[in-house]
Order: sequence, then C-alpha cells, then structure tokens
Amino acid sequence: MHIERHEIEKLATLARIAINEDTISDVTARLSSVLDLVDQLQAIDTDGVAPMSHPMQSTQRLREDEVTELNQREALQAVAPDIEEGLFLVPKVIE
Amino acid sequence: MHNLTIAELIKGLQSKEFSSIELTQHFLDRIMTLNPAYNAVITITAENALKTAAVADKRLAAGNAPALCGVPILHKDIFCTRDVRTSCGSKMLDNFIPPYNATVVENFERDGVVVLGKTNMDEFAMGSSNETSFYGAVINPWAVDCVPGGSSGGSAAAIAARLAPGATATDTGGSIRQPAALCGITGLKPTYGRVSRWGMIAFASSLDQGGPMARTAEDCALLLHSMAGFDEKDSTCIDHEVPDYSATLGNSISGLRIGVPKEYFSEGLDVGTEQAVRVALAVLEAQGAELVEISLPNTGLSVPAYYVIAPAEASANLSRFDGVKYGYRCEDPKDLQDLYSRTRAEGFGEEVQRRILIGTYCLSAGYYDAYYGKAQQVRQLIKQDFTSAFKEIDVIMGPTCPSPAFKFGSKGDDPVAMYLEDIYTIATNLAGLPGMSVPCGMVDDKPVGLQIIGNYFDEALMLNIAHQYQQTTDWHNAVPKGIL
Repeated sequence: MHIERHEIEKLATLARIAINEDTISDVTARLSSVLDLVDQLQAIDTDGVAPMSHPMQSTQRLREDEVTELNQREALQAVAPDIEEGLFLVPKVIE
Repeated sequence: MHNLTIAELIKGLQSKEFSSIELTQHFLDRIMTLNPAYNAVITITAENALKTAAVADKRLAAGNAPALCGVPILHKDIFCTRDVRTSCGSKMLDNFIPPYNATVVENFERDGVVVLGKTNMDEFAMGSSNETSFYGAVINPWAVDCVPGGSSGGSAAAIAARLAPGATATDTGGSIRQPAALCGITGLKPTYGRVSRWGMIAFASSLDQGGPMARTAEDCALLLHSMAGFDEKDSTCIDHEVPDYSATLGNSISGLRIGVPKEYFSEGLDVGTEQAVRVALAVLEAQGAELVEISLPNTGLSVPAYYVIAPAEASANLSRFDGVKYGYRCEDPKDLQDLYSRTRAEGFGEEVQRRILIGTYCLSAGYYDAYYGKAQQVRQLIKQDFTSAFKEIDVIMGPTCPSPAFKFGSKGDDPVAMYLEDIYTIATNLAGLPGMSVPCGMVDDKPVGLQIIGNYFDEALMLNIAHQYQQTTDWHNAVPKGIL
C-alpha cells in the first residue's frame, strides 16, 4: 500500500517522533513495504471469527484495595533527567 | 570449567571440586578476555558476582542450598536489575538504573544464582540479527562475518563462546529460538504466562515471554524451574503448578506422535537446513516416535498478523519513553512537543521508530478495524490451526529458521526480508504456545536448529524429548572454532 508523505507527517506527530527532511522519503518507502506485507490480511475471510486478544482467555484478577507499595519517591526520581522538590521538571508549556 | 554444562557444574560445586568464587572468577576472566571479539556482554557486574558467589559458597557448605546455588549466568539487558544499568539495547535507556529487580531476576537471586553481567540485544528486542543494538552488533562465534540472530543474540553468542553456561532471554516472535538456532545452543520460549513479565521491559505485551538459554535441554530444565511460576505482580502470569522439569527428562519417547507441518518445509527453506531437520526427525523416529504429516494452513498469515499486533502494542508500550521521568532527554527543548519529538527521534533507533510508526498507523482513527481488529481475528485462526493439530499429535516439529546465520548487512534495505526470518517461530507467539530450538546439524560450518512446539504448559514434555534427542546426538556439544 502506498502511503503519502503527508500521512507520514501526521503519523510522526501522533507518535511524537520528529522525522527530518533528509530521511522522510526513505521512511515512507520502508513503511509502505511493511504495509504491503500486512495488507495480505485484507484478503482473508474472517466473518464471524472472534478477535483474539489474549492466548489464555484469562480474566483480570481482582484484589482488595489496600496499600501494597511504599512511598519511594526519592528512589524513583533518582533516575529522572531533571527534578526539583519532588517534581519532574519539563520545559514551560503555558505562556 | 567453561566446557561443563550447568548440571555438571552443580555436581562440581556440591562435591566441592571447585567453589562458586573460583567458578565465577573463571567466567569473569573469560568475559574480560574474549568478549571484545563478540560484543555479547555489555555490562559486567564483577564485584556483585563475587559477593553473591561468596554467599553461595557459604550456603553450599551448610548443605541446604537450592540446585542452582553458585552457578553463574548472564541476564539479557531487558530484565531490570536493581542498581545495574538496564538499557534494553537502546540509547533511550543508556542511563537507566532501575530501582528494582524483575521477578525473574529475584527468582534466580532467591536460588543463589550468580549474575556475571548483562547481554547485548536488538534495541527493545526488535530485530532478528542484533544489528539494531545501540551498543553495536554481536558477532556469531561460529562465523565472525555473520549475525548471531536476535533479539537475544548476546545471550546466545555468550553461551556459544563459553562466556557463561546459561542466560536469560525473551521471545516475542522468535527472539529466543532463532538466535539459539543460529548459535548452536538450546533455548526455550515457555507458554505465555508461564514466566512473570514483571520488570521485563515490554515490547508487545500479549506476545512477550521470558525463557532460558543454555547448551543442553537438561540445563534449560534447571533454569526454567527457577524462572517459572505465578507472580501476582504480572496480571497475565498464570497460576499453574511448576513441575520438576528435571524429573521427567529420562522418560521414554516411544509412542510419541510428532506432527510435521508441511507448511514448514515449503518454498524458501534452505536445502541443507531441511536435510538436517529431516535427519533429526529420523533420529526421534528411531527412538520410537511416530511422524505424522499435518497442516497448519494459516502459517503464511502469521508474519503479516504479527507485524500489525506487535507494532501496535509496541507503539503503546513505548509511549512511556518521553524524556520526562527517566531515560534519555534531548538537549535544550524549546517546548513540550519538541521535548517529546526530539527525545524520541534521538533516543530510538531506526527500527524501533519504524515499528512505532507502523503501530500508530494501525491503531489510528479509521484504520483500527481494518488492521488491528482484522489481525486479532487472523490470530484466532492461527491458534485454531494449532488447537486442531494437537487433537491428533503430541508435539510439532520443523526447522527453527529458514536458513543458517546470514552475513551482516545482508538484509539491510528491506525490513520485510528481515521479518521473514521469523516465519516458523512467530505463529507460536501468536497462539501463546511454548517453542524450543535444539541444535540438530551444521550447514557450511554453521549450526541449524530443530524447533519443537508443544501444547500449552507442555514444557516438561518438550524438554524430555530434547533431552532424549541429545542423549543420542552430539550437536549440542559442538564448539565453535577458536573457542578453547
């Protein structure tokens, strides 16, 4: 399936991945090749077949709503790129 | 010591022929000296390893140690290890030091297993050649111009080069079995839900499963026994008794019905590989097994269905890598969108970006039913193929991969050429079934793998068959040239 350049640009925005000018035609070509592969599925008759989302058909377990994790804020934030007083710092988003 | 199997090492440790410290130091020395030629190990945890070994020696001396106590192994760098970098082969996590252990890591720690370090892998386990790793490709010990397979190529190559007697690995579409085949070792992908995925960095959550790699089925049985089991931290982990896999290895396979799918011996299969697999099947026939030709008619749809489902799940799983809470962050972002987009463009490699984009496409408005919904239905058809087949037979066998190890860069330009490498392994992941690869021959001095696919939770039977095969064949003992 041929995919248009403007569709790649939209995907890049949705996926939050910057694609630069130099590579966009390569990215488009290779993505089209993968979509050609997966388009084989369209020819298959799947009327009435239940979609399979989990190999074991198991159901989600439930448990009592009780505290099981201790507060480990310092340990968990030790790997953050930028923090201040327990908060994760990101660039300013409100002008 | 490095030519001994895990079962033999256990005997040596328990009879005090050598200590865990001596054993650990021996493998650490080998990694230091030999690893630069293979790039299989990307983090060495020498200090921790020797500390654990010292504790293991005390437990062994006290006489009540678990079987694997004091045995050194390597962990694939997809399993979170407390205070030890866990990169998943990506620049995105090059600086990530987890504050916790994966359940698999905890289980081995409980049993006194020594961790020598972490192994190289395709970035986020996306690849079949190890060429997508941020840390560079792994070299196949059997042929230095060839790939070791992927994504668990580091674990497989390390075992082949005798840098460790065993290792952990993961398999989403063939990532344990294909590198095991290409590196001439034994690897097992358990039933989905058999091994906890907690702390195992997610690629495609409905397909991912951790499992062991070693040189023999006997060793895989020992490792799986430690890894497997219910874990309430993983909501997809199944509460099913863990049998003593070692206890049934000696069972006779007389009367076993082996299904041989005609679709696994069709166009695209290398002639030498087919011959090696046919000979292996004849060996099992001579041991009393019966070969039954079967058909898995939807085999050809497994690769297309997988390349919708796996990227779709990956695009959701990998959305957490945004440069905010941990991992890589781009420099001087001008606003939040720029922070996200540039962090992800700079932090992820080409293949990972491609799969995120494919997944995003398949899940985007207007395409969900046509792609993801359709693939989930086809997945059901693939599972039904297996369910019907298992009514007539006990296990399924065929080649693990279409051909032996290929040259670096030989599948570079078209991603689909690489994807077809997993044509015989992907269907088992889609169905959630266990699969195994066992060395069964050589083509052009490169190893060939025999694949054994079992019914749900039939790991003990698969290990039993593989062990019986290894009692009368010698392929698992072959050593790559130059490895002493």
